[in-house]
Amino acid sequence: MPEMKEPLMPVIGVVTDIRIDTPDVKTFRVVTPDGKKAFEHKPGQCAMLSVPGVGEAMFSITSSPTNEEFMEFSIKKCGCVTDWLHAMEVGQQITIRGPYGRPFPVDTEFTGHDMLFIAGGIGLAPLRSVINYCRHYRDRYGKIDIVYGSRSMQDLVDYKEIIDEWATDAGVSVHLTIDREQPEWDGHVGFVPNYVKELGFTTDKIAILCGPPLMIKFTLQGLQEMGFDKTQVYTTMELRMKCGIGKCGRCNIGAKYVCKDGPVFRCDELDELPDEY
Amino acid sequence: MRKISLSKLPELFSAIAKTSALYLPVDTKAGAKFEAWAVGKTLSNALNTVRSAKDFFFPQTENLMDFKVEGKNIELIDTRKECEDFVLFGVRACDVKSFEVLDRVFLAEPQDTYYKNRREHALIISTACNKPQETCFCGTFGIDAAEPSGDIVTYRTDDELFFDAKTEKGKKLLDALSSITEEADEKAVDQQKALIRERLQKLPLKDLKTEGFGSGKTAEFFDDPQWKELSSACLGCGTCTFVCPTCQCYDIKDFDTGHGIKRFRCWDSCMYSDFTKMSAGQPRLTQLERFRQRFMHKLVYYPTNNDGLFSCVGCGRCLAKCPINMNIVKVMKALGGREDA
Amino acid sequence: MQEVTRDALLNKALELLKNGTVDRVLGYRVGEFSYDVTPAVFENEDALKKDFCWNSFCGANFSKYLISETAKTEKKLLVFLKPCDSYSFNQLLTEHRFDREKVYAVGVPCGGMLSGKDLREKVESVSDVSVNGDKVTVKTLFDGDLEFDFETLLSDRCKNCKSKKHVAYDELLGEDGEVLDSHRFDEVERLEQMTPDERFAFWQGELSRCIRCNACRDVCPACTCEKCVFDNPNSGVQNKAAADSFEEKMFHIIRAFHVAGRCTDCGECSRVCPQHIPLHLLNRKFIKDINSFYGDYQAGAEVGSRAPIVNYTTDDPEPSEAVERGHGNA
Repeated sequence: MPEMKEPLMPVIGVVTDIRIDTPDVKTFRVVTPDGKKAFEHKPGQCAMLSVPGVGEAMFSITSSPTNEEFMEFSIKKCGCVTDWLHAMEVGQQITIRGPYGRPFPVDTEFTGHDMLFIAGGIGLAPLRSVINYCRHYRDRYGKIDIVYGSRSMQDLVDYKEIIDEWATDAGVSVHLTIDREQPEWDGHVGFVPNYVKELGFTTDKIAILCGPPLMIKFTLQGLQEMGFDKTQVYTTMELRMKCGIGKCGRCNIGAKYVCKDGPVFRCDELDELPDEY
Repeated sequence: MRKISLSKLPELFSAIAKTSALYLPVDTKAGAKFEAWAVGKTLSNALNTVRSAKDFFFPQTENLMDFKVEGKNIELIDTRKECEDFVLFGVRACDVKSFEVLDRVFLAEPQDTYYKNRREHALIISTACNKPQETCFCGTFGIDAAEPSGDIVTYRTDDELFFDAKTEKGKKLLDALSSITEEADEKAVDQQKALIRERLQKLPLKDLKTEGFGSGKTAEFFDDPQWKELSSACLGCGTCTFVCPTCQCYDIKDFDTGHGIKRFRCWDSCMYSDFTKMSAGQPRLTQLERFRQRFMHKLVYYPTNNDGLFSCVGCGRCLAKCPINMNIVKVMKALGGREDA
Repeated sequence: MQEVTRDALLNKALELLKNGTVDRVLGYRVGEFSYDVTPAVFENEDALKKDFCWNSFCGANFSKYLISETAKTEKKLLVFLKPCDSYSFNQLLTEHRFDREKVYAVGVPCGGMLSGKDLREKVESVSDVSVNGDKVTVKTLFDGDLEFDFETLLSDRCKNCKSKKHVAYDELLGEDGEVLDSHRFDEVERLEQMTPDERFAFWQGELSRCIRCNACRDVCPACTCEKCVFDNPNSGVQNKAAADSFEEKMFHIIRAFHVAGRCTDCGECSRVCPQHIPLHLLNRKFIKDINSFYGDYQAGAEVGSRAPIVNYTTDDPEPSEAVERGHGNA
């Protein structure tokens, strides 16, 4: 019996580093007790983290698969499990299982294309994995544009990495914006959907969107007005999940299960789902 | 084909129970219920059990694993054990079919080992339905109450019980019981089947059709204005999902016993308001959306993913138990699938 | 047997709809069979004529639906109240759970109700049920017609009917009845006479069948919290299934405490329980105790009355005295 691999059975992970990103987002570095990565994943996939006694929750894996040492999760404090995760210290063990879901088609549809990443708030977390993957295999992709916005300067996740690493890469352009003026901010001010329109991208790109539902809605509208086809636009979804393997029924929309058929969807695929997300 | 006199049923049960645990429907104050057989327990005459037979493979609650937490360290304890062989006696055609519906969820990759373990150790002895109820509509889903599946199918006449082994596993058990059973020809069984089929023709729901529902029909039904009226009295209690042999949604929760953490699985229901609720929002805001999900899942979503197989077996339990008498038959009749459609 | 006919209710509904008193009607909709009626809101004459139903299976208590239904529009809703329903109606008004101005209540006498669930446990393959006076004819698919006395098929909750008298209505159809000597505490007394161990075993046996579907709570007119503590993930007691045998008892005991003094003894909890747990006995125990400690009190008998346990008076027994009085039947 124990030799049968049980998909609901996690492994133990150790939190080896906790970075405070914003007032409500922390990034946790996780390895197994013997210092290895818990499992391999692809960009866009998720993992189920848990604190025994508190509960399990699904998070997108923020680190790129090209990182061979550890996994990272950028987590916003917004419920039982995340409250607990935010309160813990380095050295704490948690449980981890995965990887779950359909990843971004980084090695197929994306290769050879210019990439346009558009994220709002904590929505950068799932995109960071793809962005760093594309940066790692730089020659497989064309020009990379990253549009990222948040409520305030303090709410920009991974700010240091964005400025020090992404913005200095050749062929990578970073466009940051915040919702309202701040004295110490000399960058762009305004909402993401409007900023995307102002920047006026050419339509020969693959666009990847992640952020609050309203941001996704208006940005997608904007992209379509600019001439993008829905088949060029990808997003990643969030629904309540328990099993991660398409059985518990919770993330069922139409005939799809977000945990297994998603979380990554091409926007034209979303049209086939009932409007219930 | 073998047979035994009904008066010798206690001997039969005793003989089966010697080989493995035996569960069969017995009458209780709260209706028929599958219980472990023991000397003195008699087989219920009820057509079906109040709760379905899914409990044996997908129990209402089960411990998945334990954790011991000490300081910052966690120890994971795999509590899985090889299940012992057991025999389920007296399962009706609808419930046997429900196992196939559940299999397609739990045994799809990646397989659920808790479910698989129990499923592999079970031997199913089904029973043809001599007296179907007015709430029965298994025929709608292509199930023949006169010819259930199972490892062994049994037919009951006025004074005898006939056995027809359908699988190797079934043949083996039947061989082991050869000293108390006797050889029988098919005649009495054929007569019984004919009687059952005649009775099935008298059922009021015999003409309920699945035409119109099925794979890929989401757009046809999702925005139907009738969902509002159909769901308006729904209490959101989830009784239908709990007595349903094919409802398989579950929740995973942790329980602190004071000596450690138990991670357990329990039945959940799409009828509950918290089923899809998360910190970021609630995609199904009212009972209308939750109610619609249950029936769309059974009649459209599940068939889309499972070669057209419906996730309802027509057992009629929801018809019997819904506090406000709303059920899949009323939904199917309202939305389509009418006799005249 | 119901002394007022379907036509009388239907005509009243049509009249009130036509003269603009109400714009919709909360009533029972016909089902597939004679017994599976469903609560429904009818919005026009055609819908009423087609599907409105009133027969001896219309037992469900509608009062709780008034909370959500009256919140929908400013217009008046017609509701038909059986005597027992009218108690819940008043209790909800006492708790300010709906706007009385938005409801036109028509009282309907009740001759006791049958229950499809109970009937189907007595008779197999029911194809039709008709009630004639105090006789019930049950047609079956395979066993011919069976005849029963109405009394013998009476649903469990109606066997101890507390009142045939309406305590709330705008208008009454037919004759009003009287408050009855219901013997409703007989079963509670039987439980009180058990030893604590016997009683524990009794409830253990009953509550162990609970599947935590929460139908009892969801149907209960006294359970009107916007968010139940058992649905709150932050409560630490949220569960769809009991984690241990204590939890399943805890749910029902907490619920019984919560509705104590507010429960009108309508019996919906036991009616809807798919596992036949006699939940109403927990509530009746509270009612009986409240009566004996503080004097007779019937929740919902009048609007605005204060239940003894939420109302201090100088005559209240001291806690020690209550304990004393409680001895022997605690």
